[in-house]
Amino acid sequence: MTYIGTPTPRVDGRAKVTGSAQYAGEFTAPDLVYGSVVTSTIAKGRIARIDASQALAVEGVLDVLTHENRPKMASGDKGYNDEVAPTGSPFRPLFDDKIKFNGQPIALVLAEEWEISRFAATLVQVDYDAETHSTDLHTRIDKAYMVEKPDKPRGNAAKAHAAAAVRHEAEYYIPIEHHNPMELFASTVTWNDGGKLTVFDKTQGVQNVQRYICGIFGLKPDDVRVMSPFVGGAFGSGLRPQYQVVLAVQGALQLKRAVRLVLTRDQMYGLGYRPATIERVAIAARNDGTLDAITHEAIAMTSQYEEFSRNDTSWSALLYKSANAKYEHKLARLDVPTPSDMRAPGAATGVYALECAMDELAVALKLDPVELRLRCYSDRDQNNDLPYTSKQLKECYRKGAEAFGWAKRTPEPRSMRDGTDLVGWGMATGVWEALQMPMGNRIVLTANGHAEVSCATSDIGTGTYTIMAQVASDALGLPIDNVTVKLGDSSLPHSQVEGGSWTAASVAYAITTTADEIRRELLALAQKMPGSPLAGLKHDDVVLSDGMIVAKAAASRSVPLADAMRHGGVERIEREKLSEFKEDNKHARNTHSAIFVEVKVDEQLGVIRVTRAVNAVAAGRIINTKTAASQIMGSVVWGIGMALHEETLVDHAFGRVMNANIAEYHVPVNADVHDIKVIFVEEPDSTVNPLGIKGVGEIGIVGVAAAVANAVYHATGKRVRDLPITIDKILG
Amino acid sequence: MINFEYARARDVADAVRQISADPAATFIAGGTNLIDLMKYDVARPMRLIDITHLALKTVEETANGGLRIGALVPNSDLAYHPVVEKRYPLLSSAILAGASQQLRNMASTGGNLMQRTRCFYFYDVATPCNKREPGSGCSAINGINRINAILGTSEACIATHPSDMCVALAALEAKVHVAGPAGERAIAFAEFHRLPGDRPEVDTNLKADEIITAIELPARGFAANYSYLKIRDRLSYAFALVSVAAALELEGGRIKEARLALGGVAHKPWRNAEAEAALRGQPAKSDAFARAAEILLRDAKGFAHNAFKIDLARRAILRTLAQAANATPQIQSSKKIR
Ligand SMILES: Cc1cc2nc3c(=O)[nH]c(=O)nc-3n(C[C@H](O)[C@H](O)[C@H](O)COP(=O)(O)OP(=O)(O)OC[C@H]3O[C@@H](n4cnc5c(N)ncnc54)[C@H](O)[C@@H]3O)c2cc1C
Ligand code: SF4
Repeated sequence: MTYIGTPTPRVDGRAKVTGSAQYAGEFTAPDLVYGSVVTSTIAKGRIARIDASQALAVEGVLDVLTHENRPKMASGDKGYNDEVAPTGSPFRPLFDDKIKFNGQPIALVLAEEWEISRFAATLVQVDYDAETHSTDLHTRIDKAYMVEKPDKPRGNAAKAHAAAAVRHEAEYYIPIEHHNPMELFASTVTWNDGGKLTVFDKTQGVQNVQRYICGIFGLKPDDVRVMSPFVGGAFGSGLRPQYQVVLAVQGALQLKRAVRLVLTRDQMYGLGYRPATIERVAIAARNDGTLDAITHEAIAMTSQYEEFSRNDTSWSALLYKSANAKYEHKLARLDVPTPSDMRAPGAATGVYALECAMDELAVALKLDPVELRLRCYSDRDQNNDLPYTSKQLKECYRKGAEAFGWAKRTPEPRSMRDGTDLVGWGMATGVWEALQMPMGNRIVLTANGHAEVSCATSDIGTGTYTIMAQVASDALGLPIDNVTVKLGDSSLPHSQVEGGSWTAASVAYAITTTADEIRRELLALAQKMPGSPLAGLKHDDVVLSDGMIVAKAAASRSVPLADAMRHGGVERIEREKLSEFKEDNKHARNTHSAIFVEVKVDEQLGVIRVTRAVNAVAAGRIINTKTAASQIMGSVVWGIGMALHEETLVDHAFGRVMNANIAEYHVPVNADVHDIKVIFVEEPDSTVNPLGIKGVGEIGIVGVAAAVANAVYHATGKRVRDLPITIDKILG
Repeated sequence: MINFEYARARDVADAVRQISADPAATFIAGGTNLIDLMKYDVARPMRLIDITHLALKTVEETANGGLRIGALVPNSDLAYHPVVEKRYPLLSSAILAGASQQLRNMASTGGNLMQRTRCFYFYDVATPCNKREPGSGCSAINGINRINAILGTSEACIATHPSDMCVALAALEAKVHVAGPAGERAIAFAEFHRLPGDRPEVDTNLKADEIITAIELPARGFAANYSYLKIRDRLSYAFALVSVAAALELEGGRIKEARLALGGVAHKPWRNAEAEAALRGQPAKSDAFARAAEILLRDAKGFAHNAFKIDLARRAILRTLAQAANATPQIQSSKKIR
């Protein structure tokens, strides 16, 4: 393999840095109309009156759409369903007069210029009949109800806990966090002859958006094409179709013109988010550090109309050997938009709590935190009692600790210093799933040795274009410059939304199985040549390499693919295939990591710096060590933000996000980020899938916040369980 | 954002003439604050008077040994001006603690003085705010007030002035030169910004028809013993929770002259003559620092989310005075606190 496993530079890098890569809000049309959204300023109630007359009077304003005059939309929930929708009744933009959350879209102003639409949007007058709202999870804990969770309890956790030698029990809290991708949500919809729509959308799933739009507006799939060639970050926020795409389509249908709608930064806080979650963890152990019981309860927020929940709790006893385990997951309904997936949903939060609790247990046991994890290490998925396809977590601990210098840690809190700084070293485990999905793929090979590889997946900045090119180059034996990748277009072969870290494994498998068929065809052509050196060989006996069909047994027996195609009079070979993974209920598929962090805390002022981080990751075969390392590094930065900075501040009196901008919603800046080392631990795995790929988009963030919190404890002796860990909590 | 007219001012007299003629007009300099406020529909000027072409871009030494800084000198140029770096390093340091390089490149000296509060509610027209809409109420008092004031607050408003540069200018006792229809006048820095009282909509004592032309620094620059320390929720690109400008003149280990100003805690840079007097004549040691801190914070009053600032300010004062006394000023490009 020439490209797989190497640090291949992004094939789309040049387009991105030179600006030729076009994003959803940059496509244009001669008849383009600009939209601006008016959003609600109350959290619950109904619109008593909406008056657009002043807005309509502004020169250049073409129309103002509200629930009163919008184009026809589906009347049942089914019309609004999307592949990622949780249970419930999906939100319908501009459907009726009901207000379900603050920041809800209530009108769309359409104008000849963007500035005009934006100005006119401020002139739309709205009267509400407001109702009492509730947006604070803490006040609704007693109203929280159980959601069905897949993982069954083991043994009797309560009894085992009560009887155990050493016990730890605590409550952890993660506030609302938003994705804050750099690119604003945007859609440009062109209206073509007879009403065919092309929708340029910021999304992680073009075919999902296509089905969704067809469902709402009763359109035929052939009449709606959704394109999303480039996405400026999404992190899960683009999994579900967002309201701006509905509004932009409404505008285009109404005016029979092209419409572009780009949300403003503050409107981005009216979309999905990581739900505020209270996590209660109880762990009980014997004196030697083996676990007797784990109980993990999560109480998270959701909207009044959908039940969003992700697996927060059962990581606890998947990871560590414990005879007794119990999970509980509850939801509290609030007058807010539905939460959504955000990088490692469930795990980023649940494992944060678990790994802080493990650290607290290690302190209680007077055991080194790594040692404790080794004592309850499990080679089997504890929940389902299955072996893993591969699990090199021990190696992550070893390599990570070694690179970090963990052995020099003194266990006592406040025992390490650097001048006026207290120094703290903390660690945590990370775990995520190695998911894979059915994926379509098409390869068109031409006799000039060029291939086009395509599928409807997306590249949200993760590097999908590049890994597709790498895998195809290796499978077809072509230089990477001869491979063109197409994605982000609903007319291409089937793809699930890009999420869950499943894209790399799924798309790679789809490309190799499709390339197999190309190879079969090439061999057949080569064997038709007179005196073919490949005569008699089966398709598994040859590989494609350096533009040739080559016998595995003897490299000298080869035929240039151009010769084979020309001899057969074939200019192009096209194959399309939907590849599904073989069902395997006998293995657990997970990625793992061990993260080590150093913090320095100014003793007098409580100011925290994360001076070093090492993240050792076991995630099967790494297709591209460069883009994969970027994924992990970005995840670590995000984990630092989760630990120290990020918090969406809601004024519960108004039920409204008050820091709805990236000056006041803090994410780490360069000054907050120091030395980050990424290690990929070798993890050969021929069981998970033929290429041994597991995906790295999410594993990198899991555990990071816990490692930082644990390091802060080690530095200061202060255990802060409520994120983010700000100065007041250190000094208080 | 509303529709507005745009006009350029030729010179200071023209700027004054234009602003006097139109009560709905506003000056625009770097635009880093004003444009945001317009986008949020908080500022609704019908006319922008662009003053960026006025000849107020020089930094000149004055006859009495001070420095005169034109109102349109960009924050970056001022911070890196050789005379400022050498003689007024406190000012240079405070500027570099603020915003980001890109913003400092755009931001002007006059605009920095006139920037509005960052109180969340002030920026959100969907919420009541006395500063934005007099009489509508103060949402911050019982709302999210982590970034709000602990000193000099009123029942009408608990906003802070967010500038870093101004904290240094207060400590250095700068003068603000302004021009208006009645001619020119100078305002002592301590008199420039106001406390909110019952008129929180008025930030400063600059009249509506006046323009800032220059800032004048006296000769005394405290270049040997100074420090500016800014404590914030991330290590750069965030407004101060608390900041401290300390400037000392030492003689044989004793404090001869002291200046101490706080940022991020009040509607204006916060000074107290009594606190500074308590430092004078004392050994430059923590006892004296603690007494000064105690006096300076005596009337501090916290709200639901910001009471921690009182203790944080005390700690920051101790540290900053120690940095100043030891001639180990905080270096803004280093995130480690000295
Ligand atoms: C994201 C962000 C972060 C920031 N962080 C910080 C920080 O950490 N610390 C900090 O100190 N500052 C910070 N700032 C604020 C920045 O310093 C100010 O926005 C800037 O100094 C304003 O200068 P300007 O020239 O751009 O003013 P403009 O936006 O042009 O004007 C601001 C106001 O001043 C008036 N004005 C301008 N010049 C004059 C004059 N000569 N006479 C009379 N009135 C005048 C204008 O009419 C307007 O009302 C930040 C700003 C942003 C956007
Ligand atoms: S503190 Fe001042 S600026 Fe903030 S809401 Fe109250 S009145 Fe408005």
